Amino acid sequence: MAKNSLGREIPAQWRGRTLDPYVDPWNKKPEVLRATRPLVRRHPSDSKLLPSLRAALEKCELRDGMNISTHHHLRNGDLLLNLLVKEMDAMGLKDMGIASSSIHDVHAEIIPYIRKGVITRIETGVNGLIAQMVSKGELKCDIIVRSHGGRARSLVTGEVEVDAAFIAAPCCDVTGNMNGVHGPSACGSLGYAYTDARYAKKVVAVTDNLVRYPAAPISISQSDVDYVVQIESLGDPSKIVSTTTRVTRDPAGLLIAKYASEVIHASGLLRDGFSFQTGAGGTSLAVADNVRRLMAENKVKGSFGCGGITGYFVDMLEEGYFETLFDVQCFDTRAVDSMRRNPCHREISADLYASPFNRGCVANMLDCVILGATEVDVDFNVNVNTESSGYLLHNTGGHCDVAAGAKLAIVVAPSMRGRLPVVRDSVTTVTTPGETVDVIVTERGICVSAKHADLVAELKRRNLPVKDIRQFHEEITRVTGKPRPVEFEDEVVALVEYRDGSIIDVVRKVHE
Amino acid sequence: MRLRRSLLYVPGNMPGMLQNIPVFEADVVMVDLEDAVPLQEKDAARLLARNFLRSYTDRNKEMFVRINGLDTPYALDDLREILPALPDGIRLPKADNPEVVERLDTLLTEHEEHLGLEIGHFKIIPSIESAEGVLNCVQTAVSSPRLVALAFGAEDFTASMEIDRTKTGEELFSARTQIVWAAKAAGLQVIDTIFPDVNDMEALRTETALIKRLGFTGKSLVNPRQIEIIHEVFRPSAKEIEHALEVMDAIKRAREMGTGVISLKGRMVDAPVVTRAARVLKTAIAFGMIDFDLTDEVIHGEK
Repeated sequence: MAKNSLGREIPAQWRGRTLDPYVDPWNKKPEVLRATRPLVRRHPSDSKLLPSLRAALEKCELRDGMNISTHHHLRNGDLLLNLLVKEMDAMGLKDMGIASSSIHDVHAEIIPYIRKGVITRIETGVNGLIAQMVSKGELKCDIIVRSHGGRARSLVTGEVEVDAAFIAAPCCDVTGNMNGVHGPSACGSLGYAYTDARYAKKVVAVTDNLVRYPAAPISISQSDVDYVVQIESLGDPSKIVSTTTRVTRDPAGLLIAKYASEVIHASGLLRDGFSFQTGAGGTSLAVADNVRRLMAENKVKGSFGCGGITGYFVDMLEEGYFETLFDVQCFDTRAVDSMRRNPCHREISADLYASPFNRGCVANMLDCVILGATEVDVDFNVNVNTESSGYLLHNTGGHCDVAAGAKLAIVVAPSMRGRLPVVRDSVTTVTTPGETVDVIVTERGICVSAKHADLVAELKRRNLPVKDIRQFHEEITRVTGKPRPVEFEDEVVALVEYRDGSIIDVVRKVHE
Repeated sequence: MRLRRSLLYVPGNMPGMLQNIPVFEADVVMVDLEDAVPLQEKDAARLLARNFLRSYTDRNKEMFVRINGLDTPYALDDLREILPALPDGIRLPKADNPEVVERLDTLLTEHEEHLGLEIGHFKIIPSIESAEGVLNCVQTAVSSPRLVALAFGAEDFTASMEIDRTKTGEELFSARTQIVWAAKAAGLQVIDTIFPDVNDMEALRTETALIKRLGFTGKSLVNPRQIEIIHEVFRPSAKEIEHALEVMDAIKRAREMGTGVISLKGRMVDAPVVTRAARVLKTAIAFGMIDFDLTDEVIHGEK
């Protein structure tokens, strides 16, 4: 057991892997070549089309202990992973790993197969019930939480080997050319699946919309795809993308958004060429709304918007506030529609978006990003993985990637949720290190990292409620009281990898 | 001049909303024990409001409490619980005649004596919210030295008139005018009624602009999202401020020449014009928009 630089106890080894404790956000360097995959030769008369998922699993020659992957662009509408796990069980496979880009509530259906030992590892962050049950010790399954950039890195370096990637393709032809913008299961960007298509040993396109050759546009091309399977349905369209994403109406959320946009204005970054990322939550959208107004008032023409893309960003593109959108994931139907028809709405891979180990990711070019938190602490560390209950409940997304890349990383959160303070002495789990977080904005105050003395002065000049984070923490706990700490057992049930592969924290079993 | 542009109602029986009071930028919060609180929660609301007021010591806004009407069985209990927690004043519903205000004044004096407070510590904002109240508001406006403003309550008013309230508010025009006159004559601020549709911000803006033109100095509101628009409407524009400063400059030159009237860009500037300009500047100063030393001598000239 060793402590990493944030004081988190990290075991020397876990499930046979020697762990590398986190030191800082910048200095860990890759020491390997890119991973690769076998070359093959296809005769013009070869067919890639297979009759079923079962046939594809067999063709991929999966054996006990191997890894499969899927992408999470279908989010809570995804049916594919559940179908695959059931087939693997029917084939008698055991000890399989899931190296998908994320796991959602809809995948709770695989719980019985985790209990049976079909699945024993999840090489990605997990949202919802599976993670909660693992935290409670009710389910045995090793989880390694990775950010979007960190997951791309782990495939590119070969730390995670995907033996067979099953890529849900909303529009696909018989050779495996595919895109996400057409068809009943259209999800827009296929950004998370690009890396799988390049690095998995076998790549299977799975589609419910087989079109005549060639499928166009081509997001992932036939040159990377081994097999094609047609199934009845990839997912439930109503749960794939939201039809609407909306600005919050909560007065506290609106106040947070107002302060956050004032911080952006005060930072001086809001000038021609401004680049910006924000999420799809109601408060984040309210920030986007305010930023759009500020850009209009100050006649600022931005360069690009990035991240998960919503209709709000589409409007900003179409109204000329941005020249380009970089889209790794579409959050709503308007984003899907825009990607289909607007060449300035660019689909990008998770690697290009956020990997720390390439020759420069888009996140590094961001001026400002708005991020959420389940908890923050007096050292500006941010938790998005566990909640104050101690349970692992959420995947990281791009949180720590864009915090590290952007010039100004602003975390927005209410100062309390229910009876619990969001500002803590020390977060339950560190997702994103405080070194990469610049400002924390709540409805009761704005806390700025010590490295931005100029920004503090400017915010004070504008009569904004800037507060020292330790005093602010005391102010909030005077209202909420100090919560009794959650008790944990020694057993580590999940690792939280920083984007560079070092271990920034672990999740321990909650003592019930 | 104490700004009372936005007077936000917060239901006394909702702890989640009470705890957010410090963060909202309303000039006044009125914790409501009356219409927002169902009968079976009157006692709970009273205690929650009292506890909140006690804990809210570092106050960044005026705190009023809307008690239940003095004709109900709840009002005396409301006062007994609330006053020791030191609100700034009481919003008195159903102020149909001056006697109701006088009765509250007497009760407040008794509590002040009991609590060892200076007499007059607790202020009163009476709500004029019936036809009778409108007819009597001239007397009500001078019924107690505790009064800082008259407030209009259109929901109850239209009910008492047996009419519907419309978004354009023609039916309120006469009552609003009468209340503004009564308040101005008594030297009080005057607060308009709530705007109930919290999703129609444009109609809120139109109504607020209307009541500002009539002479109202502030507005009651039911949702914090309405605060910003009300403040925007009441904020003097840069053009108004610029003109007011020009007026001040012109009258100064006039006085130096030994006259009380002068022409500014072809329009006459005399004492009432200066008084209006001074009001714009006072508001701008209170909003923190300008730094200007506005003394009586600047407004009225040296004696």
